[in-house]
Amino acid sequence: MSAKDNFIKVKHLYNRAGFGISYPDLNKLSKRNINKVVDGLLQEPKKDDAITLVNDGESRRQMLVQAGLYAKKDLTDDEKKMRREIVQMQNEVSRDLNIAWVSKMINTDSPLREKMTLFWHGHFACRSNNPMYAQQLNNIQRQHGLGSFRTLLIEVSKSPAMLQYLNNQQNKKGKPNENFARELMELFTLGRGNYTENDIKESARAFTGWTYDKDGTFFFRKNQHDDGTKTFFGKIGNFEGENIIDIILDKPETATFISRKIYKFFVNDTPNEEHVKELANHFYNAKYDISEMMRKLFTADWFYSPENVGTKIKSPSEFLIGLSREFFVTYNKPQVLIQLQSSLGQYLFNPPNVAGWPGGQNWIDSSSLMLRMRIPSLVLNDGEIDFSGKADPEDEAVIALSRTATTMANNTKKPKSYVNAQADWPKFLDTLPKGLTPVELTEFLLQPKLNDKITRMVADNKGLRSTAVEITSMPEYQLC
Amino acid sequence: MNRRNFLRNTGFVAAGSLFVPAFMKPLEAMALDELSLYKNLVVVQLSGGNDGLNTVVPFGNDIYYQKRKGIAIKPEEVIKLNDMQGLNPNMQALQEIYDQGWMTIINDVGYPNPDRSHFRSMDIWQTGSDSNQFLSTGWIGRYLDSNCQTCKFPYTAIEVDDSLSLAMKGQTKKGIALKDPAALYRNTNDPFFKAMLKSDKEHLDEDNLGYLYKTMIETQSSASYIQNTSKIYQSKSTYPQSGFANQLKTVSKFISSGLKTRVYYVSLSGFDTHVNQINQQGNLLKQYSEGMAAFLKDLKSNNKLEDTLVVTFSEFGRRVEQNASNGTDHGTANNMFVFGGKLKKQGIFNSAPNLSDLDTGDLKYQLDFRQVYGTILDKWLDVNNGDILNKKFNTLDFI
Repeated sequence: MSAKDNFIKVKHLYNRAGFGISYPDLNKLSKRNINKVVDGLLQEPKKDDAITLVNDGESRRQMLVQAGLYAKKDLTDDEKKMRREIVQMQNEVSRDLNIAWVSKMINTDSPLREKMTLFWHGHFACRSNNPMYAQQLNNIQRQHGLGSFRTLLIEVSKSPAMLQYLNNQQNKKGKPNENFARELMELFTLGRGNYTENDIKESARAFTGWTYDKDGTFFFRKNQHDDGTKTFFGKIGNFEGENIIDIILDKPETATFISRKIYKFFVNDTPNEEHVKELANHFYNAKYDISEMMRKLFTADWFYSPENVGTKIKSPSEFLIGLSREFFVTYNKPQVLIQLQSSLGQYLFNPPNVAGWPGGQNWIDSSSLMLRMRIPSLVLNDGEIDFSGKADPEDEAVIALSRTATTMANNTKKPKSYVNAQADWPKFLDTLPKGLTPVELTEFLLQPKLNDKITRMVADNKGLRSTAVEITSMPEYQLC
Repeated sequence: MNRRNFLRNTGFVAAGSLFVPAFMKPLEAMALDELSLYKNLVVVQLSGGNDGLNTVVPFGNDIYYQKRKGIAIKPEEVIKLNDMQGLNPNMQALQEIYDQGWMTIINDVGYPNPDRSHFRSMDIWQTGSDSNQFLSTGWIGRYLDSNCQTCKFPYTAIEVDDSLSLAMKGQTKKGIALKDPAALYRNTNDPFFKAMLKSDKEHLDEDNLGYLYKTMIETQSSASYIQNTSKIYQSKSTYPQSGFANQLKTVSKFISSGLKTRVYYVSLSGFDTHVNQINQQGNLLKQYSEGMAAFLKDLKSNNKLEDTLVVTFSEFGRRVEQNASNGTDHGTANNMFVFGGKLKKQGIFNSAPNLSDLDTGDLKYQLDFRQVYGTILDKWLDVNNGDILNKKFNTLDFI
């Protein structure tokens, strides 16, 4: 294999398994055998890498006050004010949490770990108004994202964020709430068509009593738990939640469902069922070890075949993080990252519903594509963006509160927003080898193969900087 | 200028007319008489869950006053429509519209097993799904996908906003979002983007790159068409000063200049009134009503009102009983408004909400919102609603 082939392979690997790669790293890794490079990715630092932005002590204190206020019937004006302020603080911390994670992805030394976290974030899609819960869930997805799927699934199922989101707090003996049991099978493990309504009913009973306490810690409420006999997939027993999960994992359909989703995320929007089967068998036989599945995937020949290279539409996160990482971008007003995510249709921690983001061509419509093609020049050239975005429905309450008769008249004047970011051009240019031509830079920055048109467009370019801005503004840059 | 250069200068058609793919076919192909039969739908979304009971007030029902001691609208303030229901006093501007017979109120529209989350319920309304079904395409998007006679062009559906709502996204076709046609035109005609599109027939295949180029070309061609068609039009009507009225003014400009768009989508947000509802909702209803009244009169003066149908919805209504903060919490069924110059049933369409027969404090729905969509699809957009809504819904008699 030629060095050039390996150069393309490693670049592809890092685009899919991470958020791109710098020129010097690519140069260095291209000299190694690709299996060794994959090993390297999987052996990323396993140190405790949790996000610790949200202060648990402070959050718990607020939750206690909040619970007290909710329990009271008639609130004084001061108490009402306090309740509003807590909600406002939580919203603010939620935004900070979003930015903390995006910054982490931009700066991480463990790109695969963050990419897996992003995958599980979409798979176990969840919204929580409580930033402490949201952070907990995100850390679970990071900690176990390359570990045992069983552990990950149980930890997610026991997290307050998910228990709350899927109404398991209301799932009680004699009064089951089936929401969690249904999504567990439909979206998290087996997929539609692989279970019956009766399986949902019976398993919901097994999860009764799975709640969390006022500190945000999982708590098994024995008195709300239905410990009677359940019939689940033909098996009869006094099943607890963990038993149900084990029966679900025993079914190869679960391995297939997860593998197909992994394939669609890392390889191609259109799954090749042969490859999915290969992956699923391996995953199942490896007892749901996620690292083993990923190793299999990244070392498979088909992963590097032309139909899978430079053909996937980047998600908004992949696009924004890749761009920011490549050019060492500093956001002077990091809030703009939230606005961009929201305008591009992937506001992290706020998936559209429990099914997550649909992905693929769904990311692209006329407005999101035009915006995507403008963002590089705005980010890299410190431009202004005249884009006010759409209010998030969950922010409606805040909007309603802030709307008063006096501000109404000003509503027609929409606030201007500024990307207000800068790339570190000297640092970027320093990573490139001396004498690199615009065409070679294009080859490095784009994943799709160069065609004549693009080659012609950049061949006569004078500078690498202007070339970089041009390339990143191309439709081809939307692919990875 | 030779023919080749001329084509090049007109933008995307550089590939030469022989190679123009079907989706880029020029609009001139459409006969003029088709134009005059053009019917428009305008969807107005009130985001946040508008409190329908303080919008169309059941002043004839004592239960309303018992349950809403702090926020009920006094009978003498209500704009009475019959002896049971009337409009919120902030909706004065709509009285004339109502009296003209241009407005229909449909009470208690909802769906089985309602969801009280803004997100989920908005998704359900925008996709037309059941409450336990997750669809990634919107009902208007699927109308675009259906490839019907009336939905051929990429600008068949326009949302006057910065980003495109799920309602407008189909599997293969999507509506277009724009706030300002001139800005989109400038953007898509950026010299760099134009250069990207030069002689690009090699990219127009079915893969993802082809899809990106196709979207780009459609956006550019739509932007040019919209800008060139609408720029000459000058509205003579005055609109109130609000963002919402501006959106409607843009829609009116598009309709009145003869744009061949079938569906327009606009929204007004801020209706999540958990606290001190009276003023907040009042301001929004005033904005809504004044904007709508100006819009409808503008259309009337341009002879477009008979070709236009406007429908207003919100993702849910609110609970019958107010909360302790003089606001209301998330509820279920809600009223919808239909406006137009050719309504079959004008005024109040069905009976007022039954406030004594509630489902744990919430209104029970009388009509499924997909019956309303189904009626519009069948009778206004001339498609079979079963093809779009995944099952057939009975139509209603408001049009």
